[in-house]
Amino acid sequence: MKLEIGNIHVKALEFGQNTALSAGTVQIDQQELVGFIRELDHRIASVALDIARPGDKTRIMPVKDVIEPRCKVEGQGCMFPGRNPGDEAMVGEGRTHVLKGMAVVTTGKVVGFQEGIIDMSGPGAEYTPFSQTLNLVITCEVDDTCNQYDHEAILRKVGIETANLIGQLAKTATADDSRTYETKPLLEQAAQYPNLPKVGYVYMLQSQGLLHDTYLYGVDVKTILPTLLYPTEVMDGAIMSGNCVSACDKNPSIVHQNSPVIHELYEHHGTKYNFMGVIVTNENVTLADKERSSNYVAKLAVQMGLDAVIISEEGFGNPDADLVMNCRKLEDAGIKTVLLTDEYAGQNGESQSLADSTPKGDAVVTNGNANQVVHLPAMDKVIGHDTYANVIAGGWDGSLHADGSITAEIQVITGSTNELGYHNLTSIAG
Amino acid sequence: MTIKIVHYINQFFGQKGGEEAANLPIELVNGPVGPGAALQAALAGKGEIVKTIICGDSYFNENEGVACMGIREILADIKPDLLVAGPAFNAGRYGMACGKVGEVAHGLGIATISGMYNENPGYELYKNYSYMVPTSNSAAGMRQALPAMAKLITAWAEKEGKLGTPEEEGYMPRGLRVNVFSEERGAKRAVNMLISKLAGESFKTEYEMPVFDRVEPQPPVIDLSKATIALVTSGGVVPKGNPDRIESSSASKFGEYSIAGLQTLTCESHETAHGGYDPVACNQDPNRVLPVDVLRDMEREGKIGKLHDLYYSTVGNGTSVANAKAYGHAIAMHLLNAGVSAAILTST
Repeated sequence: MKLEIGNIHVKALEFGQNTALSAGTVQIDQQELVGFIRELDHRIASVALDIARPGDKTRIMPVKDVIEPRCKVEGQGCMFPGRNPGDEAMVGEGRTHVLKGMAVVTTGKVVGFQEGIIDMSGPGAEYTPFSQTLNLVITCEVDDTCNQYDHEAILRKVGIETANLIGQLAKTATADDSRTYETKPLLEQAAQYPNLPKVGYVYMLQSQGLLHDTYLYGVDVKTILPTLLYPTEVMDGAIMSGNCVSACDKNPSIVHQNSPVIHELYEHHGTKYNFMGVIVTNENVTLADKERSSNYVAKLAVQMGLDAVIISEEGFGNPDADLVMNCRKLEDAGIKTVLLTDEYAGQNGESQSLADSTPKGDAVVTNGNANQVVHLPAMDKVIGHDTYANVIAGGWDGSLHADGSITAEIQVITGSTNELGYHNLTSIAG
Repeated sequence: MTIKIVHYINQFFGQKGGEEAANLPIELVNGPVGPGAALQAALAGKGEIVKTIICGDSYFNENEGVACMGIREILADIKPDLLVAGPAFNAGRYGMACGKVGEVAHGLGIATISGMYNENPGYELYKNYSYMVPTSNSAAGMRQALPAMAKLITAWAEKEGKLGTPEEEGYMPRGLRVNVFSEERGAKRAVNMLISKLAGESFKTEYEMPVFDRVEPQPPVIDLSKATIALVTSGGVVPKGNPDRIESSSASKFGEYSIAGLQTLTCESHETAHGGYDPVACNQDPNRVLPVDVLRDMEREGKIGKLHDLYYSTVGNGTSVANAKAYGHAIAMHLLNAGVSAAILTST
């Protein structure tokens, strides 16, 4: 598959008379967009739109998802395929346009305990990559007929459909920069660089179930067996977040769209190694599923003739067992591994960090200790509801102070310890 | 800028005497004493020892609570930028005292720089709380120890407390994980590590895999029909309203709750505080996580002697292994004291 990504750099995001893209400015007709969102589900009780810009004294919380507006320009399929009947075409080929520098952010009353905080300035902003995007924030509330699963599904739909709608603005725009990514069918790809080691990417997706779900072409990944993807498929939204795992290390959809390991692996594709493709796998809760999926991953990697892989985790604790099983079984099959994780080492960093371990895991990249405590000063504006600071994962009773400041673990900050290596935080022995 | 330092030393280095003066209680003296004078000179204006705490080694170790209280009051009153302790070399009681005062200072948000031999028990026990410079095993190494401590104190002052790694700065590893921002993002570091590993070149893992404790199983309960069985859970089941405010993640405590006389748990009586799994099924029927209903049946049927009147609950989600171990230890002591024969641990 060959995909050309054309980036349109968004320099300004404004509300205005109509929805349009002109000279790097995305303008949104608020009333029209609110009407569009309300039509998505009759159980939506209210919708409000805000814009949060880098440097603003603004806090967004609890954040459900962050999505990048994109659209297909050439090639089949649509963004985030497989959700609706008729959208079953494979994606990852042709040309895709991206509104680079902006994002759609969904918030509203908390769905699970595990939604996050995005501060657009101050110390919290350093910990979240999404303080650097122009954010169109949707505060969406649902009526009381909805249980938590309905609530999650509605917010997921609101975010994805809004991003897709705004993404359409990019369709006829001229890209500021473009780059082509290509991975060939297995036999051809192997033949292209016969003297280079073959590497792959084992892409673990959160699938602990019920508010801890991820979707592949619209399919709940806890129901899949590990399978193969061309790396470009995820750039068109083949993987979609539907989960409420701790904010620091859940992968919002924008992280899948810009999947960092895939992009970094393409950097040396054809020079240092031959990047053969992606194995997506799950993190189910039962031991039988863990054993089966990790066995299957090792089998696929051998079948692809891989010499080495990078394995990334999503979440912590229970999925540490999947990470360790994948590592151990791949190394046993003679395939070298590098692992990406984060740490839960206690608030002072005094504890061991993982819930499972293997001596085969000798090459680990850590994306930081999620238990570190941070003080987030009060902001001029809060989009959403800051009262949840006392209950979300990483906060405690009393995290929210009377002056609006928050003391909590960085676990509460969206993307702070992202385990796909999207951000720069790490931990050292000190 | 000159930082304000309080220096902790023992009776010997405080020039009070040897073993015969080891029972000396805390004494607070103005300015530097003994090794403090040489240390202050080596700091060349970067730091000033405003007070010296002198305490006998035996006194400290035999009256630890009182000694710590006194030192806490002194530190809270003076509010130094930094506490310096020792160097203690391989003197066991002195090393323990230096380590312990570091813990006291840590509790007040004050950093400590110390120095001792790497096999001094004070290092192993208290390394989390202080930056400790490695020294030789006897006071003959004072001439090397003081410049090393002065260097670390100077670096601490110049970097406003943000010291680099143990290798860079010359202190012994504190056994802590410290967050820092890296130049390159994680994905890029992973690819670079992969390239090195493929090429057979040396690379440095960013996290050494932990080595786990393995707990030997207890011998089986011979006669369940006479056994008192307790329930313990990391699934966060608490009385409705979560009276102890156990956190949804990174629990700072566990709760002890009575189920005396309760035949079953209901959605009105109990709920989960856990934030790491979908709470709906547990909240509908908390017996799914804490099986009181089934154990009451077994109690009636005579399969077990008795269900213990108290159960223990915490949240496993994001809770560090060190904390979990401490809670497990404390809960086990409660169960032992109550004469419980066996416990069922449920997790989620």
